[in-house]
Amino acid sequence: MHIYLPIAEVSVNAFVLLGLGGLVGVLSGMFGVGGGFLMTPLLFFIGIPPAVAVATEANQIVASSFSGVLAHLKRKTVDLKMGSVLLVGGLVGAAVGVVIFNYLKSLGQVDLLVKLSYVVFLGIVGALMFVESLNAIRRASKPATGPIKRRDRTWVHALPFKMRFRTSGLYISVIPPILVGLFVGILAAIMGVGGGFVMVPAMIYILGMPTKVVVGTSLFQIIFVTGFTTLLHATTNYTVDMALAVLLLIGGVIGAQIGARIGVFLKAEQLRILLALMVLGVCLKLALDLLIMPGELYSIGAVEGH
Amino acid sequence: MLFRALILLLALSLPAKAEVVVLGMSSNTISITTNFDGSELLIFGAVKREAPIDDDDNLEVVIAVEGPKEPLVLRRKEKKYGIWVNADAVEVDLAPSFYSISTTGPFEDILSSVEDLRYKVSIPRAIRSVGAPMTVMDSQSFTDALIRIRENSDLYQLNEGTVSFDEQTLFRTSVSLPADLTEGNYKTRIFLTRGGNVVSQLEATLDVRKVGLEKFLFDLSRNQPLVYGILSLAIAIIAGWGASAIFSLLRRQ
Repeated sequence: MHIYLPIAEVSVNAFVLLGLGGLVGVLSGMFGVGGGFLMTPLLFFIGIPPAVAVATEANQIVASSFSGVLAHLKRKTVDLKMGSVLLVGGLVGAAVGVVIFNYLKSLGQVDLLVKLSYVVFLGIVGALMFVESLNAIRRASKPATGPIKRRDRTWVHALPFKMRFRTSGLYISVIPPILVGLFVGILAAIMGVGGGFVMVPAMIYILGMPTKVVVGTSLFQIIFVTGFTTLLHATTNYTVDMALAVLLLIGGVIGAQIGARIGVFLKAEQLRILLALMVLGVCLKLALDLLIMPGELYSIGAVEGH
Repeated sequence: MLFRALILLLALSLPAKAEVVVLGMSSNTISITTNFDGSELLIFGAVKREAPIDDDDNLEVVIAVEGPKEPLVLRRKEKKYGIWVNADAVEVDLAPSFYSISTTGPFEDILSSVEDLRYKVSIPRAIRSVGAPMTVMDSQSFTDALIRIRENSDLYQLNEGTVSFDEQTLFRTSVSLPADLTEGNYKTRIFLTRGGNVVSQLEATLDVRKVGLEKFLFDLSRNQPLVYGILSLAIAIIAGWGASAIFSLLRRQ
């Protein structure tokens, strides 16, 4: 069954969209990532214009994250205080990101920006997570190698404006979470992602939050940042396609619920190594696209201001 | 879904020319609905003549359907620092979003280049390009690329020999309109040619419009973007909450 998307102005199969939404939704629930880093490139592949894909994906992430966060709230694995601090940075970052996005769109370099951002961030984050989870699994299989030092006192603990985060059991400065939020907000607006794949490792390795609350807290922040991003794209670029978003989110919210249940049965290390492999896979695919000579060197773009 | 814009015969008063193409439209709109996935446009008509058929040269028919024109930018990728990035750009002043030519025979045989220049019928002539910046030496390859890309997605079509022409009087053809159609006025031009020269031409307009939900959403997104954005978010949150509520109900049972 084909459906004509009013904003994207293309006709696509509705079941393909539902399926994509469902698949990415399962991953979203399992890993606490918005799933945008998979969905946005997939939308490019089925012929959705990149600007529409990025903006609509932000809207879809709101739905899957909201559904996911409710499941986490019931399990009390959301640090609302930390989420709010991350959110302050995130909203500022999203506004900065949309400004950068619109500027590069006028230069015709927005595709490059999006793809390069994917390659760089997915590459770094994926590699770090992969090595770290391999080490964790190795440590777990070889018991009694001495006490593991957790939460070293680093530069994070030397900064001013300290705040107590009870749910996470932390007493740290608000500066690092705000910076993490800011950075993730910029990524949300530019890449059409929630930013969970950057935020989750940052929360674990930089902020030192317990793995248990990381997923729920990142989902909490993602809802508001992607919601804000959706509004910014809708009012400045008119690129949010509601019909596309609805189809993706029907599949997405159902998938997210299933994913959250699956996540309970998997160990944190297994979860992380799976996510790392997936992140590296998408990174490799996009890197190849940039390195291999494209079949069509030319592309058609709209003239700004028309 | 199959839409047919029927172009019917009309008995028009004849001008003082020997052969005149006659047609009229009974239906002149194509509606883009939610389940729109392209459509077939049927065009037919007849030649009205007072003198007997001239046997020296065959009469031929060329039908051009042209979508709304818009300015475009064409960009070409170059390898820089090891990766392929957009480098040179050329602006095209006006290019039709859709262009289809249907003929009774090979295009170059039935329409001379002088007549093509005059009536701007062929695909390259339908694109208006003023010029490339000084840094780009081969602006023609950009226009060629535009045609190539749009031909590959069926937006530009040259269908030679697809017009059937009975007794040099009745002609008919069907033009397939792709799913990703832009809304606007589609100009349909019909040329009668003899020996490469246009002997008669006629123009009609086909109206392609979004209707119903498509139109509502599109208009709302342009006229009330903030309301549209908030509505999108509300749907997202309700869907997220709804799924969560349904699943917790299912689990309790």
